[in-house]
Order: sequence, then C-alpha cells, then structure tokens
Amino acid sequence: MFIIGELINGMYANIGKAIREKNKAEIQKCALEQIKCGADALDVNCGPASKEPITDIQWLVEAIQEVTDVPISLDSSKPQVIESGLKAARNKVIINSVTADPDKLDILVPMAKQHNAKLIALTISAKGIPKDKDQRLELAATIVADCIDKGFPVEDLFLDPIVLPLNVAQAQMKDILESIHEFKIISDPSPKTIVGLSNVSQGTNARSLVNRTFLTMAAAYGLDAAILDPLDKDLMDAQITAELILNKHIYCDSFLYAYRKK
Amino acid sequence: MELALEKWSGSVAEVSVGATKDEGGTRAKSIKIGGHKTLPLLFKESAIPNRPVVAFEVWDIAPTEWPEELIKSYGDKLKDPVAWADFCVKEYKAQVLCIKLQGSHPDFGNKTPDEEAKLIGKILKRVDVPLVILGSGDDSKDNLVLPAASEAAKGERALVGDAVQDNYKTLVAAVLADGHNIIAESPIDINIAKQLNILISDMGLSLERIVINPTIGALGYGLEYAYSIMERARLAALSGDKTVANPFVCFVGHEAWRAKEAKAKIAEFPSWGPEPERGIIWEVITAAALIQSGGDLLIMRHPKAVEKVNKYIDELFRDASQVSYKVSP
Repeated sequence: MFIIGELINGMYANIGKAIREKNKAEIQKCALEQIKCGADALDVNCGPASKEPITDIQWLVEAIQEVTDVPISLDSSKPQVIESGLKAARNKVIINSVTADPDKLDILVPMAKQHNAKLIALTISAKGIPKDKDQRLELAATIVADCIDKGFPVEDLFLDPIVLPLNVAQAQMKDILESIHEFKIISDPSPKTIVGLSNVSQGTNARSLVNRTFLTMAAAYGLDAAILDPLDKDLMDAQITAELILNKHIYCDSFLYAYRKK
Repeated sequence: MELALEKWSGSVAEVSVGATKDEGGTRAKSIKIGGHKTLPLLFKESAIPNRPVVAFEVWDIAPTEWPEELIKSYGDKLKDPVAWADFCVKEYKAQVLCIKLQGSHPDFGNKTPDEEAKLIGKILKRVDVPLVILGSGDDSKDNLVLPAASEAAKGERALVGDAVQDNYKTLVAAVLADGHNIIAESPIDINIAKQLNILISDMGLSLERIVINPTIGALGYGLEYAYSIMERARLAALSGDKTVANPFVCFVGHEAWRAKEAKAKIAEFPSWGPEPERGIIWEVITAAALIQSGGDLLIMRHPKAVEKVNKYIDELFRDASQVSYKVSP
C-alpha cells in the first residue's frame, strides 16, 4: 500500500508553531520520522490557522526538499495554494485534492497533467457529502470521465470515497468499503483508491484500534493508498500483515522486519 | 500482433564469481550471473545481461556411488581431484568448477580441515577458472572445514556453500572475512529462502553476495515444484522485493543422476533404451527446464550433458543481441 504520512499539518500544535516561527528543523524532523516509519510520500497542509498559506506552503515544501526526495502531497482545498506549492516543488507531487465540481476539475486536472502530478479526487461535490454507495459511484464516474476527456492518465488518479467518522455514520461504513472495490471497475486501466484514514476514528475513544481495523478491511477491498499516521506502529504492522494475507508479499518469519527493510 | 510487455520496478542482483589479478585474485577471468530486469528469456521485455553458466562438479574423493556411465567419462581422474579439475578445464573447457568436499564427511573419509584447505590451494594453482566450494553437508564438520577452505581461497571471490537456516553463522563469518559469495539453501521453500537471506544480510553480508539454492528436483522428481518456487521468487524480485532478488544455483547433476530413469540397467527396463544415453538425456532435460525457470548457475556432471546444455544456451541467446530492446543507460 502506498502510504502518505499525514503529520505535517498546521492543525497540529507543533507544526502550526513551527510554521509561525519558521522553524525548519521541526518540519524536517517530522518528515524524516514519518519516512523512517514507512511513509512513501508526505502530505503537506498549512492548516486552518495559516494566514499566508500561499507563502507558507512554499516554505514547507522547500524545508522538506532539503532533507528528502519522496513525493509531496500538496494538501489544500484552494487551487491557488496548490499552484503555489507546485512552483516550489522539485520532488514528485500529488495534488490533494480535487472534487467532482466542474469549476475545480477545470483548474486542477489540467494543472496535474501539466506538472505530471498524481491527483487525489474526493467523491464530493458542492451538493455535499454523498449519502450512499450509488452517489459515490456517480461522483467517481464524473471525475474519471472528466480526466479521460482532459487526457489525464486515469492510473495517476486516486479516488477517495470520503471516510466518515464511525460514530457519526456507522450505517455508511459498508458502503464506503464497497465503493473502494467498485471504483476500480469504473474504467480500464483502473483508477487508484485512497482514504484519509484518521477521519474514521474522529471522536471515538479507541482511535488507533478503529483506524487499523478499518484499514485492514479497506485493504481487503483493494485499497491502493492511505493518508495516515505512520508513527502508529500497530497501524503499520496491521497494514503490512494485511498485505501479506492478500499475498502481496512473500511470507517469512521476520515479515514485519523484511517489509521495513525493503 | 503487438507484444504485451510488462514494466518491472526491481531487478535480480548481479553476482560476480572469481577474482582476476586486477580484482585481487588469480583467476583468468570472472563470471557474472543474475542482473536480470525481466523473467527468463524475455529478451524483448527488458535487460538480461548474463547467460546461465554451467559448472563441472569435482569431488575430493572418488565417488563410489556414481553410475557407471558417469565414472567412465572421467576414468582414473576421479582418484585425483587436482587431475580431475584440470581435466574438466583442459579437455571440456569448463568455465567454472564446483569442488565438493564430500571426503570431509565423517562417514566418507573424515578428511581434516587442513587437508581440504591444502587441496583447495592446489586446485587454485592448477586451474584458473572461478570456483564454487561446497561442504559435505555435515553441519558440525562443515563449520570446521569450510572456514579453512574459504581461507585457502581468500581473495579469489569463490562461491561457498551451503548456508542453511539452522547453520549459517560460521559460514557467513568466513565468507565475509575472505571476500567470497555465499550459497543460501532452502528446502524448496520460498519463505525459508527469504528468511535465510534476511538472517545472512543482517550479519553484514550484503544481499548482492548471496546466490539462492532453491533445492531442485530432477525431471519426474519435483521439477515443476522447484520451477514454481523459482518463478514466485523472480516475480517478487522483479516487483521490488530485494530479499529474494538473487541468482539461482541449481544442482542439476546431483538430482538428475539420482533418478531411477537415469541409472537403471537396460536389462531391468528393456523398453527404456540404452542407459548410456538415458542418464545424459535426464541431466540435459532437467537443466533445460531449469534454465527456463531462471537457473543462473547449473552444477552438472556428465561432459556430454554439459556440451549439449551449453549448445542449448548458445541457441537461446543467439538472437538476444539483435532484439529491438535496448538497455537504457
């Protein structure tokens, strides 16, 4: 599974403070720790408190690029913030994210194509969050069709079914999981699938357990990527074991160690 | 019709056996095995930089249980390992020799580590091809003999084996000290092959110096099982799993000449045809199938079988340099 580390986000106190104080070392430490624990890419979000996200995102991208060349996921709902991040980026980029709204698609799909970036697309629209699997599929199909129209490679598209908190939308969990599987059959080649994992445990009092249980189930439905906290060792262990059970890696007695050695 | 070509992210480690003067040894040349970026023989898909190589098996004692047909082809040479080694290189143009120290086994002569070290020294002086050096398979004796043999070949970048899951530490230490490569043996078990590679590399011997002995079966004796294990490892290696991305050594002669079909007398099975041909055919067919499944170094016994297999390799690789695929820099 492709793991995007979620910890460089201004909503966390340490990162918010580092952004305000322009403390590069703090950002770089967080980047390297996540990579050491298994992150294949790093999500970068200035957070809601950032007054200057357009300059902050460039500063974050540059700080990270000084210490690693892993892909960077530029995380913002504002296309101009993403565009600013792209200008600073030398590493590979994942654009996080577009929605099914035409005005967003018209800006971000060509932007991703132009920069050879991968693109995360949320199956939501201005009408709101989908209420069931059918609505998710409809939005996903809209996004895939738009990418095909604009000549963006569908295999670089990551569809997110929108994971809702377990304690808010328990009835939707099964639909969300099934969407992951069904997104894959929208087109050939298939789009990839992704979840922003931590939302599932929002407000529960057993966050790590809920996160890793959902992730292993999603893996069984064919999930390709996840944005998560790679420092949660139990979560990473569960993810590695799930992929082993799905026969994606060869078993050996030291399988956790072997995976981390790769 | 357009070929469907796969894009692989991983590759098999390339292992050099034998060190020339420039490389600190005394071999006339070294050989390279592995390094593949695609499945066996798919020349159009990606790079296959090295051909399979055949090594002749030479023992430190005269093998008493080899079938007559094998004994005939070496005659008196079997009684003198140095002459036997020399004969393989001079007469049959052996590219690599596999010296099996069977005589160190407590039940087959119990030769001392010192005797075996001296023998390795003599062979290295007489012939200038790269060596594979094997113990007798008795773990506790191998732990005495192989370090001595390894030291005698220090700097020659031999391929020494076999390390097994329950007995690898002494051998890894010796191989590290003397600059050799190691054979990691697993009993037709991909999970153990992977685990053993991890254990060995954790001792500081890099994965690029390991050759996997997957344990094979001859035609009719589990060949297809070995094939599937090798294929599984190769697919994982090409998909990026470095812990199984190693060349394979296959003990073809050892397995093929154990088969009843290779050695049974014609009097017993008249319909099977003359035994001098049968054993050779058994060894050739086993080798040919293993080349197709990714065997990189084939340890063989009968000179005629080796000749036929080398010819087969020539034919397989004849057009390899003319295919449209170009190795990107």
